Amino acid sequence: MKRLLIALFTVIPALAFASSGGVHLDAANNDLTDKESLKRGFDSYVNYCLGCHELQYQRYSRTFEDLGIDIEEGTAKYLLNGQKPGEHIKNAMPAEEAAKWFGSAPPDLTLIARLKPGPDYIYTYLRSFYVDEARPFGVNNTVFKDVGMPHVLQTLQGIRTLDDDGHLTPATGGTMTAEEYDAFARDLANFFEYVGEPNKLERESLGYWVIGFLCILFILSYLLKKEYWRDVH
Amino acid sequence: MLMNLFTSFMGWIDKRLPVTDAWNKHLAQYPAPKNFNFWYFFGSLAMLVLVNQILTGIWLTMNYEPSGDGAFASIEYIMRDVDFGWLLRYMHSTGASAFFIVVYLHMMRGLMYGSYQKPRELLWIFGMLIFLVLMAEAFMGYLLPWGNMSYWGAQVIISLFGAIPIIGDDLTLWIRGDYVISGATLNRFFALHVIALPLVLVILVFLHILALHEVGSNNPDGSDIKKPKGSIKPEELSKFTFHKQYSEKYDIVDAVPFHPYYTVKDIMGVVGFLILFCWVMFFAPEGGGYFMEAPNFEPANGLKTPEHIAPVWYFGPFYTILRIVPDKLLGAIAMFGAIVMLFLLPWFDRGIVKSVRYRSKWHLINLIQFSICFVVLGALGTLPATPVANMIGIVASFGYFGFFIALWFYSKNEKCKPVPERITD
Amino acid sequence: MSNAPVINGRRRFLTAATAVVGGVGVAGVAVPFIASWNPSARAKAAGAPVEVNVSKLEPGQLIRAKWRGKPVYVVRRTDKTINDLAKHDSQLKDPKSDEPQQPSYATNEYRSISPEFLVALGVCTHLGCAPTYHKGDFEEKVEGVTDGFYCPCHGSKFDMAGRVFQSVPAPLNLVIPEHSFPTEGTLLIGVGQGEA
Repeated sequence: MKRLLIALFTVIPALAFASSGGVHLDAANNDLTDKESLKRGFDSYVNYCLGCHELQYQRYSRTFEDLGIDIEEGTAKYLLNGQKPGEHIKNAMPAEEAAKWFGSAPPDLTLIARLKPGPDYIYTYLRSFYVDEARPFGVNNTVFKDVGMPHVLQTLQGIRTLDDDGHLTPATGGTMTAEEYDAFARDLANFFEYVGEPNKLERESLGYWVIGFLCILFILSYLLKKEYWRDVH
Repeated sequence: MLMNLFTSFMGWIDKRLPVTDAWNKHLAQYPAPKNFNFWYFFGSLAMLVLVNQILTGIWLTMNYEPSGDGAFASIEYIMRDVDFGWLLRYMHSTGASAFFIVVYLHMMRGLMYGSYQKPRELLWIFGMLIFLVLMAEAFMGYLLPWGNMSYWGAQVIISLFGAIPIIGDDLTLWIRGDYVISGATLNRFFALHVIALPLVLVILVFLHILALHEVGSNNPDGSDIKKPKGSIKPEELSKFTFHKQYSEKYDIVDAVPFHPYYTVKDIMGVVGFLILFCWVMFFAPEGGGYFMEAPNFEPANGLKTPEHIAPVWYFGPFYTILRIVPDKLLGAIAMFGAIVMLFLLPWFDRGIVKSVRYRSKWHLINLIQFSICFVVLGALGTLPATPVANMIGIVASFGYFGFFIALWFYSKNEKCKPVPERITD
Repeated sequence: MSNAPVINGRRRFLTAATAVVGGVGVAGVAVPFIASWNPSARAKAAGAPVEVNVSKLEPGQLIRAKWRGKPVYVVRRTDKTINDLAKHDSQLKDPKSDEPQQPSYATNEYRSISPEFLVALGVCTHLGCAPTYHKGDFEEKVEGVTDGFYCPCHGSKFDMAGRVFQSVPAPLNLVIPEHSFPTEGTLLIGVGQGEA
């Protein structure tokens, strides 16, 4: 029977590895506990993404609370007149019109980090636009082939092209240095990981307590079982 | 004083409903073989997961919205807005996968120790019915989050019924209640998932346990703990008292009362299981993309198929068998045939010796190859269909069906080791 | 030969310890189930404080605001109404507002922050109907009192401070919700004076 178990435990992970793969992603090395990074990421999201992409399942108030933004300040800074902090993070773009402009409506980004392979994907994606005149917006992306959106961060990052080997060239003409832009993209990726599952940190910290508790209970139940089974053996 | 009150209260109840008698018959004086090993935890664990699914399921319906427009958003509402909603949902989603892990291991136990053999055929049939209903339950539950994988997974499985000649197309239309999978499909699946199937499941579990206690538990040795009345010397009888239903008809040896001995042991098993369960739930609730699949984090979209549609992992073995057959109808027949084979297992096995411990080398090899084929089929089901995968799938399918055919042939005159009269450990 | 095994000290201790720790575990598991019944973030967002512009309110005029799904009556009382409030104490059940039906800052003769504005839940304390505002024609309900609220369901009567009259079914004065005036002419229902 041991052989069976061994077979089981060697085959499954091997296959799991085989199923991943695809394009190479750069590690974002983002940190969900870094609230300053999350705040910067949220700020960038509101400035550069919200115009087209909503976070329709996430509320401003929850975001302010989790990121440590004072609710009064956040309301003044991020909400339009008459909007309430309890509202979801939405824009005014009508979906049908948007679908006409872009070919399909810009997707909601609340769960993007869970839908795509995590923050690394977002981090790499944001840095991998290059000039491609064949595309309607004049840009393409190495991790998202034939991407349907313009490179809205081009003024920050600058312009990249593909060299003859199909590699991305360094960006030129942006207002940010490559390091600054990487940090910018990391903050955004960090924020999207947060917003994909706002309770992730809470989940993990609760997990340690629960498992610690269960370990104690396991020792007790083991001793109890042994005590009773002395009758039998 | 309090004790007296309790005794007289129980006396009052017992005159009207045999509660104490049932407690004794099924727990405190139920004779369980003393040599249950690791594999015998999975029955009680399946029970635990069932309770978990029912409780968290009831709580999820309190905030879930079964409609095409609202379902996806209501899941995110549960995940974000409801206090501890995320935990209830992860308990349920992790529980779904855990259910199948536990049930597959429970079935493996039956296979290894011949727990399906006479006189336990009906017990096995009830178990298989539970497995079948569980698959239907899981399939319908998987549509409810209304993610894109929910949608396309359901699309594929419902299309299977289209393979049935003549009525196929009308049947799929009837199941969906629409020309595509829609809110109408979602609503009927919701009703079946939360009410009808759980009810059937609970009844079947009840019958499964009733049937078990009628014939008595098998054990890793496969030797009977119930001996003909009067055949055992009094000093060799089990030192415990058992319910007269068992002890009047038989001499019982090598047994312990289920309670407290197996209750304390199962509690230990439950806590051990919960450590693993909680580890997944708190630190990897997506189960590496197998317990919760990435495409399900976008809403159902009838115009956009996910790049790679795979059923949830627990359907993998049967899905692969379906896929390797190049004909739609034959594929569906092969898939259902794979489940029918399991139902008929008690009659494929014509042997008398139950446990793999005392059966021939051939049986051991057959069992091992079957397990490997099952796991390989399951793994292939989650991977894209490539020519190589198909080749491996065909080989593994032959292994799967071959297990039953070979068993039928060699079990008739199998050379087995002598089964010890008494339990060895 | 009995199934009751030897209960020694160790066994008793381990049984009790496992039961207690296991009981704590069961209680812990109950927490998410119980907590999930609390008002959700959606309910809280919908129940957020409501802002009402009262600067354009005419004396004697009533406007209804909706807060947490309930009607809130806001009345700009006339000087006459304010002066008349003290004149019918003897006909009231709780003229001094002894019952805790209002926040502390509204426990005064006007049951309000400023005498001018009455802010009260339009929910009869009898069985929850919405009383109607009678301006000028209340005397047919209560002699000598010109304005007030009359509940059409079972005839309960309240004065212009939401105080209940005697010999009607309603037991208590109308509830004054938490409210405040963050700026001149702006009423905020749901946040008390001095909070936030």
